[in-house]
Amino acid sequence: MRLFRVIGKRFTRNRLSVIGAFTVLSLITISLLAPFIAPQDPTAIDVHNVLSPPGKTHPLGTDELGRDLLSRIIWGSRVSLKVGFVAVGIAILIGIFIGSIAGFYGGKVDAILMRFVDIMLAFPTFFLILAVIAILEPNIFTIMVVIGITGWMDVARLVRAEFLTLKERDFVGAARALGASDTKLIFRHILPNALSPVFVAATFGVAGAILIESGLSFLGLGVQPPEPSWGNILTSGKDNIEVAWWLSLYPGLAILITVLSYNLVGEGLRDALDPRLWEAERH
Amino acid sequence: MTLLKVNSLKKYFSVQKGFMTNPLTLKAVDGIDFSLDDDKIFALVGESGCGKSTVARLILRLIHPTSGEILFRGQNIFDLNGDSLKAFRKSVQIIFQDPFASLNPRRNIYDTISEPLKIHRIIEKQNMKNKVVELLSEVGLGPDIMNRYPHELSGGQRQRICIARALAVSPKVIVADEPLSALDVSIQAQILNLLQELKKEYKLSFLFISHDLKVVHYFSDDIGVMYLGKIVEYAKTDDLFVKPLHPYTELLLSSAPKIRLGNEKTSLHAKRYTLSADKLEVPSPINIPPGCPFHPRCPKKFEPCDKVVPELKETNGRLVTCHLY
Repeated sequence: MRLFRVIGKRFTRNRLSVIGAFTVLSLITISLLAPFIAPQDPTAIDVHNVLSPPGKTHPLGTDELGRDLLSRIIWGSRVSLKVGFVAVGIAILIGIFIGSIAGFYGGKVDAILMRFVDIMLAFPTFFLILAVIAILEPNIFTIMVVIGITGWMDVARLVRAEFLTLKERDFVGAARALGASDTKLIFRHILPNALSPVFVAATFGVAGAILIESGLSFLGLGVQPPEPSWGNILTSGKDNIEVAWWLSLYPGLAILITVLSYNLVGEGLRDALDPRLWEAERH
Repeated sequence: MTLLKVNSLKKYFSVQKGFMTNPLTLKAVDGIDFSLDDDKIFALVGESGCGKSTVARLILRLIHPTSGEILFRGQNIFDLNGDSLKAFRKSVQIIFQDPFASLNPRRNIYDTISEPLKIHRIIEKQNMKNKVVELLSEVGLGPDIMNRYPHELSGGQRQRICIARALAVSPKVIVADEPLSALDVSIQAQILNLLQELKKEYKLSFLFISHDLKVVHYFSDDIGVMYLGKIVEYAKTDDLFVKPLHPYTELLLSSAPKIRLGNEKTSLHAKRYTLSADKLEVPSPINIPPGCPFHPRCPKKFEPCDKVVPELKETNGRLVTCHLY
């Protein structure tokens, strides 16, 4: 479809976004191939090489139990990826559902749903997540779900705003006049045209979710050791910061690069998907 | 036979001017009546903002009226639901003004035209493609256009697609809401001819909404002139062009670009009114002037015009709302 080519062309025009996209793709590949490319077992304890600095056998050094840091970071990227995508997936599904209904039906339904969104937004998200995790068992599954159900409000607002304008458009009127059901109007006609801002929000959302997961794991409320996650590696980095700088630097860099890349991709997508700019492209 | 009958139809919108203020009422359609007979073309003319498009949306049941009713084959369309609503949807179709806005940009032409066929189960799956090709050829388009997307097509092509989509359900009535005004003049003629051919072939009735009197003169049987949500004059097309009764109709005719048609009797020699700029301004439908809504602009206004609202009166078999008659 030519539309995608136009979007692709617009996206590649932003160099930083292309670099971001390249990094994101590499990170995804690394995490998918973790079992094959990680040089060692990330949980294999080696008491003779505790806190050894970066060198030949351990390119990024080892932690306080002698586990290979590079392998742990590679395996940790799986956690970040999983949490990022699943949490954002959940957030998008809820957001699209609530936003579509509010925008399409309007009136009282809209008012009630949007007040609910306001209430959700009034909670400081991170502390809400902390409270929920403190009650529930902290594992990767609860984290994904909790980040998802506390992060859908922006998507709902974006989708609702798109629906409010799109439902007044003539092609929706024409479809209604042809007898299309509400479900068809929402899913076939309006939603496909309302998704571009959602893609953008999703990309930023992945970055946000990865940060939250790292934060939770850092506080010990996320992924539990010995399973590696960038957050819990940082915790051991903090405990040993005077003797083992590599334990803080490398997982920190991993988080920084990942979040930065997703944000760059998001920015590029936002510009590429801006319909006002497209129109100019076509004529 | 009367297909469509509109009885004292009103549609008010409330406009919120600011936070915590009382909403104002915008009277888009303020009590209009007309009827559309089988195989006829009724034209609704008037300036932009007079409520023409609101009438179109009401007749398609895209919005609900404040009061009044629209009877289709004797049944109020706002009482319909379920199967009867579906049958109504199959009988009345619309062509919008802007062919760029009335096609879903994410769906190709095949999807767009086959959608009504699927909704109303008009044809079995295996014949769908043939039917779409047939509909496309009805509107003068080749089959190769099926896999294209709206943004790849010209305005004229898109309007043809919209017509094909409306025809797919074999409707009885087509509401054409300024179907030509977004098109180039050369394309306008083609589309107008196409509509006329299709009218004959499918025995369609049209509610033709336009501000272009040339087109209306050529196309319609009866005319209703609309001003600020009300119909101020009804007439047979030829009568209206020979002798407009309402001063507003005269103004419309005289402000149209000069046209001369072959038939000398119907040609226009309306005298030009000299209206000052402030008089040309259309009053807001939020704040309709008292008395006759046209009086601030009317060159023939006299004593009762700014106080008494004129009633619809019959003079010489024609209907007009003006104190002059």
